[in-house]
Amino acid sequence: MRFGPGQRVRVASRSHAGHCRTPVYLRGKTGTVACVHGSFTNPETRAYDSDGLPEQPLYGVVFVQHDVWPAYAGPSEDSLVVDVFEHWLEEA
Amino acid sequence: MEHAVHDRGGMSPGEPIDRTEHELEDWELLTDALAGALARAGVMNVDQLRRGIESMPSDEYERAGYYERWLFSIETNLTEKGILVPGELDGRL
Repeated sequence: MRFGPGQRVRVASRSHAGHCRTPVYLRGKTGTVACVHGSFTNPETRAYDSDGLPEQPLYGVVFVQHDVWPAYAGPSEDSLVVDVFEHWLEEA
Repeated sequence: MEHAVHDRGGMSPGEPIDRTEHELEDWELLTDALAGALARAGVMNVDQLRRGIESMPSDEYERAGYYERWLFSIETNLTEKGILVPGELDGRL
């Protein structure tokens, strides 16, 4: 595992052709690792007749709503947790 | 960055989202069961199901309901694998 709880991480801002589970609205956004879920088969290859191996670490990452949506009008402590695979995360 | 048709977080829906609940029809329950059975039989997995939905032409995607998208994807995947012949299902309707 490259990251641990409490670590700041940024979602890569690259585009991806084909199936992937990292939503576009999070690309380039910075959050904090909340938990490590474990390692799972990679949906990006498993979607195309592969076995999805090797397994990839998956993290629950907390993003402050205002960091994701600059015009967010709700309470400043509002946040969301999104599951993101390690190969989409960079140290922030 | 380009949004795939399904990846619409943060995009305006254009009109208010209809959030009323409805009873599932028999064909919708059967579609769910079919996808589960195909997964358990090792024929296709959930990532392939999602990929098939995301590859729908955007006008068809927008027109289709939730389980209609599942059916589209199941037919796409089974045709890719040679389990269905193109047009086989339409020919039986």
